[in-house]
Amino acid sequence: MRNWLVRDVLGITVISAILIGLSYLLGWLPIPGMAYYNRVIVTIGINIILAVSLNIINGHAGQFSMGHAGFMAVGAYTSAYLTYFHFQPFLATMKEGPAQFAMQQVLFLAALLAGGGIAALAGWLVGLPSLRLRGDYLAIVTLGFGEIIRVLILNIDKIGGARGLAGVPAFANFFWVYLFVCIVVIVSWRLIRSQVGRAFLAVREDEIAAEAMGVNTTHYKVQAFVIGSFFAGIAGGLLGHYLVYLNPGMFQFTKSFEAIVMVVLGGMGSISGAVLAAVILSVALEALRFVKEAFGLTADPRMVIYAIVLILLMRLRPQGVLGNREIGSFFRRRNGRSE
Amino acid sequence: MKIDRIIPAVIAASSILLFGCPPKESGGGGAASGEIVIGHLASMTGGQATFGQQTDQGIRLALEEINAAGGVKGRMIRIITEDTQSKQEEAATAVSKLISRDNVTAILGEIASSNSLAAGPIAQQNKIPMVSPGSTNPAVTEKGDYIFRICFIDPYQGEALAKYVANDMKLTRAAILRDVKSDYSMGLADFFKNTFTQLGGTIVADSSYAGGDSDFKSQLTTIKSQKPELIFVPGYYTEIGQIAVQARDLGITVPLVGGDGWESPKLIEIGGKALEGCFYSNHYHVDDPSPAVHQFVASYEKKYGAKPDAMAALGYDSMKFLAAAMERAANLEGPTLRDEIAKTADFQGVTGTITLGPDRNPLNKKLVVLEIKDGNLVLRATVDPAAGAALAVTESAPATGTETTTAK
Repeated sequence: MRNWLVRDVLGITVISAILIGLSYLLGWLPIPGMAYYNRVIVTIGINIILAVSLNIINGHAGQFSMGHAGFMAVGAYTSAYLTYFHFQPFLATMKEGPAQFAMQQVLFLAALLAGGGIAALAGWLVGLPSLRLRGDYLAIVTLGFGEIIRVLILNIDKIGGARGLAGVPAFANFFWVYLFVCIVVIVSWRLIRSQVGRAFLAVREDEIAAEAMGVNTTHYKVQAFVIGSFFAGIAGGLLGHYLVYLNPGMFQFTKSFEAIVMVVLGGMGSISGAVLAAVILSVALEALRFVKEAFGLTADPRMVIYAIVLILLMRLRPQGVLGNREIGSFFRRRNGRSE
Repeated sequence: MKIDRIIPAVIAASSILLFGCPPKESGGGGAASGEIVIGHLASMTGGQATFGQQTDQGIRLALEEINAAGGVKGRMIRIITEDTQSKQEEAATAVSKLISRDNVTAILGEIASSNSLAAGPIAQQNKIPMVSPGSTNPAVTEKGDYIFRICFIDPYQGEALAKYVANDMKLTRAAILRDVKSDYSMGLADFFKNTFTQLGGTIVADSSYAGGDSDFKSQLTTIKSQKPELIFVPGYYTEIGQIAVQARDLGITVPLVGGDGWESPKLIEIGGKALEGCFYSNHYHVDDPSPAVHQFVASYEKKYGAKPDAMAALGYDSMKFLAAAMERAANLEGPTLRDEIAKTADFQGVTGTITLGPDRNPLNKKLVVLEIKDGNLVLRATVDPAAGAALAVTESAPATGTETTTAK
């Protein structure tokens, strides 16, 4: 029996219970503007999933993917297609009550997993031929893939084309988003400590040496790609069902860059770094709204300050906030590490 | 190394400080006295930044005038503009911030239909009226009964243009060149086609291109062989200029005709002389002789030192429109205000007379046809069914001035 698996499943169950409690607490808190803070918190969660999943590809396996938004779009549109055209009409035929509510949650989970699954399949299809390429070439291929997906969606009229898909059911909430935040962090954490994760690191550090040691580099690169794409697809599904609207314009390459910025800023290969960077960047973007109000400015200096913060961080700490270490290592005693 | 510990701590502390800024006390728009707070949702940065900035300037000009005249119900109005970065997620977050944190009475915005579609459901859910100055996609107001718009929608524009061309210019042979990548272009082309054929015209060719293309010669050659009297190109200004240049190179002399997607200072910059004699429909024209437009343009120029474009005019109108409804309403609660906005009839704006229909879109709104002449835009015709007046046709068009165009 795999002990760690039992432990993780138990852990996720406990986390779910806590999350359900928290989501009720957040809804109940009588703070003015709570709906807005709630929305920001959920957005942060979606960004964490994006950053941590990209970190598996870019940070752990060392493959520079620039197509994360494409996989996100695949997941978002697949799950929205299912809920919008099939599950929503089905739920409408059911009697209102706990049974309908439970069914909605089950179907939503199914839609999310389907979205993640199709995104993973797309990751596999793209990864298999292109991961034989290295560095810059891979970046260009994945960038191209992201754009192809977007243009494809633009031309499929059934899912709204350029108009976008309006009226996606509002199934996603704080609970679902943070449940998947916990899952992606746990999976990523377990992965990097497993034999697979060691292989990822070997590929990242030196592909030729890894190959010489008998590591099937292409296999592991594709594996990292598939896992990363799966969670990107989940993030897309969550976003669509939270925003209740999808538009191909949401998944332009700038979205991929946002995820890359989070990974690089947090420190390539650091899970807690990716989480921290996703939180900092999302919070900063919202917090900067208040700079204008606080100083009574007419023009919005938000994006300027945001850019300056990014430049300063990269200038002062090019290896990212946490480098390639985890947050825990800063609080533990250093055992003779010089760096 | 010490710096390892300091930097994360500094970042964490500063973000908590920034994020935790207490809201200003004046934010209570729902209160019975004090300021009325209105939220403006605008793309101040990003791909559609000019839309948001122009609209905001228009809104602020209107706001100044309203407050100088004593405000609404004796209370001053304050505008909070939130940037959407031309992104849908940001639009949703920003509208949520305006509603739940700033307690706004109503929302103005967005211009781009996609952003309005993302923000609309949140306003609807919170029962806060939202007035879009410029989203022309019919789906926007279908999202709920708290969402309004003051601009005409695409079907209306296509119909009006077809009527103008068929009834007033007496043209019967039209070719269509549409942008398959743009929903706006496809819709406009279809509505034009329907009305034009109903009025006895013939569509001699219906070709397409994809937004971003730069070579249109093959489509234009096909079109030329069919000898149309005009070519309807309902795309965006980026391609129109190049299409015009290539059409003239091929010896096509008939005018190109388009919709409000042509509106941009860049249009003539790209197309130059090739666009002479071409015309398009728009929400308003700076040289419109009506006193309302004249006054608006004068005060806008005085404040900002530039001529207002259609977005500025729509922004100005949306603020005045909302203020008028607030003045009439018994109180400023969402449902009451919503009902009052829905009742709006014969509101005199810069962009025409606004009467809202049951689907919360303006009925019979004024539309202007602008012609490119000597590198300038001149007013060619005004389609104003609401005024009940005859179609004012100016200059080169055939003299059918007595005919009334009844759009819709």
